[in-house]
Amino acid sequence: MARLDLRRKLEILADAAKYDASCASSGAAKRNSVGGKGIGSTEGMGICHAYTPDGRCVSLLKILLTNFCIYDCAYCINRVSSNVPRARFSVQEVVDLTLNFYRRNYIEGLFLSSGIVQSGDYTMEELVRVARMLREEHDFRGYIHLKLIPEADPDLVAQAGLYADRLSANIELPRDEALARLAPQKDAGVIKRTMGQVRQRVEAARPAKKDRMRPPRFAPGGQSTQLIIGADGAPDGEILERSASLYGGYGLRRVYYSAFSPIPDSSAQLPLSKPPLIREHRLYQADWLMRFYGFSAPEIASATPDGMLDLAVDPKLGWALANRASFPVDVNLAERETLLRVPGLGVRSVDRILKVRRYRTLRLEDIQRLTRSLDKIRPFITTLDWTPGGLTDAVDLRARLVKPQAPEQLSLF
Amino acid sequence: MRSVHLASETDLEGWREAARGLLVEGVEPAAVRFRAGDAQGSLFDQPDRLPPVPRNTPLPVLSVPRAFLDLVEQVALHRSEDRFDLLYRLLWRLQRERALLHIASDRDVADAMERAKNVSRAAHKMKAFVRFRRIEDEDGEHWIAWFEPAHRVLERTAPFFQRRFTTMRWTILTPDGTAHWDLERLSFGPPAMKDQAPDGDDVEEFWKTYYASTFNPARLKTKMMQSEMPRRYWANLPEAALIPGMIREAEARLGTMVATPASPANARLMKAIAPVVQRPEPVSAPDSLAALSEAAQACRRCPLWRDATQAVCGKGPARADLMIVGEQPGDQEDLAGEPFVGPAGQVLDAALAEAGLDRDRVWITNAVKHFKHEPRGKRRLHKTPDAGEVEACRWWLDAERALVKPRLIVTLGATAALGVLGHKIAVTKDRGRPIRLEDGTPVLPTVHPSYLLRLPDEATRAAERARFIDDLKTARALL
Repeated sequence: MARLDLRRKLEILADAAKYDASCASSGAAKRNSVGGKGIGSTEGMGICHAYTPDGRCVSLLKILLTNFCIYDCAYCINRVSSNVPRARFSVQEVVDLTLNFYRRNYIEGLFLSSGIVQSGDYTMEELVRVARMLREEHDFRGYIHLKLIPEADPDLVAQAGLYADRLSANIELPRDEALARLAPQKDAGVIKRTMGQVRQRVEAARPAKKDRMRPPRFAPGGQSTQLIIGADGAPDGEILERSASLYGGYGLRRVYYSAFSPIPDSSAQLPLSKPPLIREHRLYQADWLMRFYGFSAPEIASATPDGMLDLAVDPKLGWALANRASFPVDVNLAERETLLRVPGLGVRSVDRILKVRRYRTLRLEDIQRLTRSLDKIRPFITTLDWTPGGLTDAVDLRARLVKPQAPEQLSLF
Repeated sequence: MRSVHLASETDLEGWREAARGLLVEGVEPAAVRFRAGDAQGSLFDQPDRLPPVPRNTPLPVLSVPRAFLDLVEQVALHRSEDRFDLLYRLLWRLQRERALLHIASDRDVADAMERAKNVSRAAHKMKAFVRFRRIEDEDGEHWIAWFEPAHRVLERTAPFFQRRFTTMRWTILTPDGTAHWDLERLSFGPPAMKDQAPDGDDVEEFWKTYYASTFNPARLKTKMMQSEMPRRYWANLPEAALIPGMIREAEARLGTMVATPASPANARLMKAIAPVVQRPEPVSAPDSLAALSEAAQACRRCPLWRDATQAVCGKGPARADLMIVGEQPGDQEDLAGEPFVGPAGQVLDAALAEAGLDRDRVWITNAVKHFKHEPRGKRRLHKTPDAGEVEACRWWLDAERALVKPRLIVTLGATAALGVLGHKIAVTKDRGRPIRLEDGTPVLPTVHPSYLLRLPDEATRAAERARFIDDLKTARALL
C-alpha cells in the first residue's frame, strides 16, 4: 500500500471517527501542569474549543487509530465490507498530533477509538500504548477518553482506566436483537459485561474515607455510551427505557444519542434519509428529564400516544399537556419536585424561585426575570397576581404553544 | 450630578474607595456617575473634587455579603459603561435591604447577575478560543496568541493558561492588555495590536484538515454552532475561514452520498472478517455445568434477560451434596456474574460458617438467573420475579439440579421454594422441615438472608438470624 502523508491520514481517520457523538471533556479530577514536565490541565468543566456547522462541539481530537476493521456492522462507515479509504496511524503519530494540537490550545485532549484489527486484545493494547506514552513519557495532563474494545481482556480494561479520564463502550442499538442483526460480530452481552466491569472498577477506585492508601486510579470521569437513533425500529419509549437501564446498571455519566446519518458507501440494510435531528434533540431533552427532573422513562413514554416523542413540543411540555390535572402549580407554595415538572422551568430557575420566595411573594414579573420566556410557563402556574383560569385545560393549548415554524426537516429525496 | 473618574476600565480599588466615601456621605445612586478609562462624562457633570475619605477614618460598618464581592469582581469586567453605577446602586440598596442578593428576580440583581454571567461566559470562551502560534526567538520557543475577549477578562483568565501551559513560554495579546508567562512569572502589559502576533503556524493546516473532516455534512445545525461560537470570535479562529464553504457544499455532499450505491466489498479485506457470534438458544439440557452457564446467556424464555447484564448460574463443586437456592441475582451479582457476592451473600457466608457448613463445598445458585429490577436514577431497585418468570427459569434450575445431583436442597425464601418445588409454600410456617421431591431429594425451606437485612429492629434481627442458623444446622444434620 502506498504510504499516506500524515494530513491525508488525519483526514481519513477523523472522518472515520466523527459518527461517535461523544465529545465531553468533563468529569476528570482537577489537575494541571504546575510542577510537571509536560503540559495539560483539567479543571472539572469541559471546554469546547470549536463548533462545526453540524452544531457539534470540538473538544477532543477525536480520531481512530485505524479504520481497518474485521467487523461488518451495517451502520458503521468502517465496516469491513465498506470501500472507504483506509489508513492507520502509528502510536507516535497520534501522540505527536495530540501534543501539537494541545499546545496551540485547539483541544482539551484525545478521544481515541479504533477499528478492530487482528483481535480485540491487540487493538485495545494499541490504544492503551498511546495513552501510556502520553501520560508517562510526556507527562501529559490533559483529557484522555479511550474507547473500550468490549472483547478485550479485563486486564487491558484496568490499564486503560489507569491512563484515561473516561472510558466508553458503545451499546449502539436500543434493541439487542437489532445489534445481532446489524452487527453480527458483536455481542450485546459482552458489551454490557464490559460496562459492568467498568462500573465495579470505578466504584472500587473511589477512595473511601477509612482507606489510608489510595486505591489505584481508574477512569475518574466514569463511562459513557452511545445509542444510534433511527437505524432499527425501536420507538423512543423503548430507547429511554434502555437508557434508564444503562444509567442505573452501569453508573453512566452520559448516554449519547446519535441520529443515524447516511454514510458514504452505505449498506442497503439501512435507511437513506436525512438524520432525524429533531428526534435526537427530543431524546436528549427526555434524557435530561430522567437525570435531573425526577421523571421515569415509563412516565415520559406514557405521555406519548405511540411511544414516540412529540417532535413539535419538548417532552416536558408534552407530559404536562397529557397531565393537566396536575396543574396549575402555585409557584409560591409548590415543592421543588412539583416545580421541576412545570414546562419552561429549568433546574436553575426552580432553585432561584425557591430562594426568592423566602423573601417575597412571587408575581408574574418575578417569574419573567427568573426564566427565559413566560409563554410556556403561564398556563401551568399561579402567582400572586396570575391564575391561568381555563387556559390550563383549553382544548387548543398545544396549538397555542407550538411555535409556528417553517418545517425544518424537509425531505431532500 | 456627581462624577467619579476611575483610573482604568478595571479600577476596582478606585471604585471601592469612592463608593465607600459616597456611601458615608449619603450620596444617592441617582446623583452619581462613575466613568472609567477614556470615557468622557457629560458636559454638566461636576468632577468629584471631594477629598477621598482617609483610610483610617472610622466608617460605619459597611459589611457586605461575600456574594456581593464576588459579583462586583465579575460585573466590573463587563464592557457596559454603567457597570459601576449599577454596582453602586446595589451597594446602596444592600445597606437597607440585607437580603437583596437572594432576590434574583429584583431588577438590579437580575441585571447584575446577567452581566456577571456574560463575563463568566467571556472568560470561558477565552479559554476555548485562544489559538497559540509558535515562533522561535532568541530565548527559544515562544507561543503567541492574539485574542479579542468579549469582556475584560484577560487578567482573570490568564492564570488558567499558566496552569495549563506551565512548561511553555507564552504571550496572549489583546486590545485590553497583554499577559505573558516566562516559565516562572505571570506578568501583564499594555494593550496590543493584532500585527504584533505571528500570522501563521505550520500546524494550523492540520488543524483545519481535522476541523473539516470531523464535520458531518448530513447534519447541518448552523444556529447551534453560532450560538456556541459567536461570529465575533471568528476573525481570530483559523478554522472559521472554512465555515462558509463547508455549509455551501454540505447539501451536495449529502446528495452524492445518498445517490451513490454501495460498491462491492473489497475481497482482500473480506478475507479477514471476524466470525459471526453464534448464540443459539439451547433446546436440550446442556451436559455440563460450564456449558449450562454459557448456554444460559442466550436464554430468551422470559424477558428478564433484556435489562440484565448476564445470566448468573450457580457456583460450587460439580458434585456438591448440598445445593442452596436463592431468589435471583442482585445488583452486584449481575455485574460480577456470580451468585451471592453482594450484601445478602455476606450474611449467608457468615451464617453458613456459624452453622459449620463450608461454602466451598456447597452449590449455590438462584431460582431465577437474571436480575429483575427497576431503574431508579443511578441505582437499580430489586423486584421480585413473578410466577411466570420463576416457571420459565425452572428449566435451568432443573438442568442444574440434574447435573449436580445434590443430596439435599435448601431453599432461601418463597421464590426459591417455588422454583424448586413448583408450588407455593408459606415459608415462615414450613421452614426447617424437609419436603420430599418426586425423586426423593429432600428440600429444606428457610428464609432468604436479605429478609434479615431488611429487619429494622436489632433484637428481632438477632433472633431471626439465630433461627436462620438453626435451619442451616438442621440441613447439616440431614447431610
